[in-house]
Amino acid sequence: MVVQLFLRASRVQKKRAILTIAAIAWGTLALLMLLSFGEGLGISLQDAWAGMGSDIAVIWPGETTKPWKGMPAGRPIRPRIDDIRLLRERVPGLLGVSGEITSWRTNFTYGDNSVNGPVKGVSTVWGRLRNQIPVAGGRFLNPLDDAQRRRVVFLGDGLAEDLFGSEDPVGKTILIDQVPYTVIGAMIDKMQFGAYSGMDKDHAVIPIRTFYAQYGRDRLSVIILKALDPAQMKATLAEVARVLGSKYAFDPEDERVLGTWDTVETGKIRNNILLGIKIFLSVIGVLTLTVGGIGVANIMYAVVKERTREIGVKMALGARNHWITGPIVLEGLTYTLLGGVAGLLMATVVILLLSLIPTGDSMALKALGKPTLSPVIAATAAGVLGIIGLLAGYFPARRAASVDPAETLRYE
Amino acid sequence: MKTKPNASTNGAVIQMNGIRKVYDTGKIQVEALRGVDLEVYDGELVAIVGPSGSGKSTLMNLIGCLDTPTDGTYRLSGEVVAGLRKEQLATIRNRRVGFVFQNFNLLPQITAYENVEMPLLFGGVSKRKRKQRVEELMARVGLGDRMHHKPTELSGGQMQRVAVARALAMDPDILLADEPTGNLDSTSGGDIMELFQDLWEQGRTMLVITHDAALARRAPRRVEIRDGVIVADQANGAAELLSESIEQARD
Repeated sequence: MVVQLFLRASRVQKKRAILTIAAIAWGTLALLMLLSFGEGLGISLQDAWAGMGSDIAVIWPGETTKPWKGMPAGRPIRPRIDDIRLLRERVPGLLGVSGEITSWRTNFTYGDNSVNGPVKGVSTVWGRLRNQIPVAGGRFLNPLDDAQRRRVVFLGDGLAEDLFGSEDPVGKTILIDQVPYTVIGAMIDKMQFGAYSGMDKDHAVIPIRTFYAQYGRDRLSVIILKALDPAQMKATLAEVARVLGSKYAFDPEDERVLGTWDTVETGKIRNNILLGIKIFLSVIGVLTLTVGGIGVANIMYAVVKERTREIGVKMALGARNHWITGPIVLEGLTYTLLGGVAGLLMATVVILLLSLIPTGDSMALKALGKPTLSPVIAATAAGVLGIIGLLAGYFPARRAASVDPAETLRYE
Repeated sequence: MKTKPNASTNGAVIQMNGIRKVYDTGKIQVEALRGVDLEVYDGELVAIVGPSGSGKSTLMNLIGCLDTPTDGTYRLSGEVVAGLRKEQLATIRNRRVGFVFQNFNLLPQITAYENVEMPLLFGGVSKRKRKQRVEELMARVGLGDRMHHKPTELSGGQMQRVAVARALAMDPDILLADEPTGNLDSTSGGDIMELFQDLWEQGRTMLVITHDAALARRAPRRVEIRDGVIVADQANGAAELLSESIEQARD
């Protein structure tokens, strides 16, 4: 019934309707682009932060600040390679724990190429924790490499390129501080935002026992660990402090002994900031769309004014309120939704075109990410459009309903 | 489609007692009607005459439930109209009153058929019945072949006949016509008058506001209103001379 009336009423004012629809389309485009940018930014930040490894904690051994069991403050605490096994056995709920010892300014030589960089001795689980994915044809360190103290090395992709250029490094022999090592794999290119000891692409990784054999150091630079359940990270870290505290005689409550970077915790903060950015972008988008909605409301006010006599006639013929308001609300909503569909199509095309721009090596472009349309964004936009459309029709409809038929029908 | 007036009204379609209507324009209060008593019975044809500004249109708006009186009681087919809500007034207008206006007031962008269909649509009549009723009415006013023309494609007389068909759509208790021939040439005006005569002869209750002396003469009952009060209410014959004198005075 209402639809029928609407179809009759909207045969006029085509041009005006098209202009309004264009305004809504523009607003929708703005809203969708902003939301999509937020989404793309979120995805790329998530990827980049996961580059270092997701939901891990990094522990730096430090020194005591409180006297404990008759010992003075100020003692350095330096866990050793064997303590990794201790932690693995004593701390429940661990997905994995790895030691890491770094030798900075290490010389790498392949043929005539010589490069300086860090080499890290690590446990084999480190590869999983720290997201070291090998390029096809290679692999990461395995337990046998460690047990047999094999001289094998896994290279960051940047270091591999410096040494080998376009050559495939796997199976080749390089010298690390003049000791020959076989390259067993190289890391794939990845985005990495978080770092505590340089970027992964520039390092070389060898088994921790091999490292001990070559350099004679077994005090850990850092400990990396991940809990089975990220929500239990805090409890797990407390347990680590307790186990090491009882072995090295320090107060587990002494926070300066084990400096800790809990990425589960910082991830939460990061997600909140990201959420803030997304809300900010949405608000701008919604405001832009609201301008379009005001345009629709204006047109509907004009329509009501223009059809005042018509409305009066309908009232005289016995039209109840919804017969008067229904078509106007529907018309406002229709303009809004038509504009919305047009805006969605435009946004899809623009996003498709943007995805064709190569980011190349630009970190900034990569970090900005690709605008991404998700079903959630589409649903949000549809919801916002619906509300704006209803409001844009509602207020003019209310004015229409308040038309005084006696006044309107007076013959002049 | 309509409920017939109940017995207590003695066949009175309109019963007005002490009707006053005051327009409050802020500074000035205009008293358009100053105590009108009027009864119109089933099957009557009443002409309401009077000079401009006498309160004719106000009276028509009140009778047609487009407006409510400031004071006094009004029963339409026995139902007290005062104090009804907007929606209830709309229903009364739909079911009990048919309007014919001086300037036709057809909706310009829809066809004659759709115009006549509109009150039926508002009255919730089924599509099949609407079609039947509209075709019947269009034939009745002699426009069976013009149903799908738009108002702009019709002559003034034809437009007014469409308006009459529309007014009759819901078979109202009373047909209200405000200067129905005012915008028509004498031939078309005459046609409309004949149509009204026919309708009246078929038992339709009608109330016509008019300046048209000829139409006023035809009406069996004339009510003359001046300065918001009824100054004459008489069966035709005696009133005829008075009416003519008014016409002459104005011309």
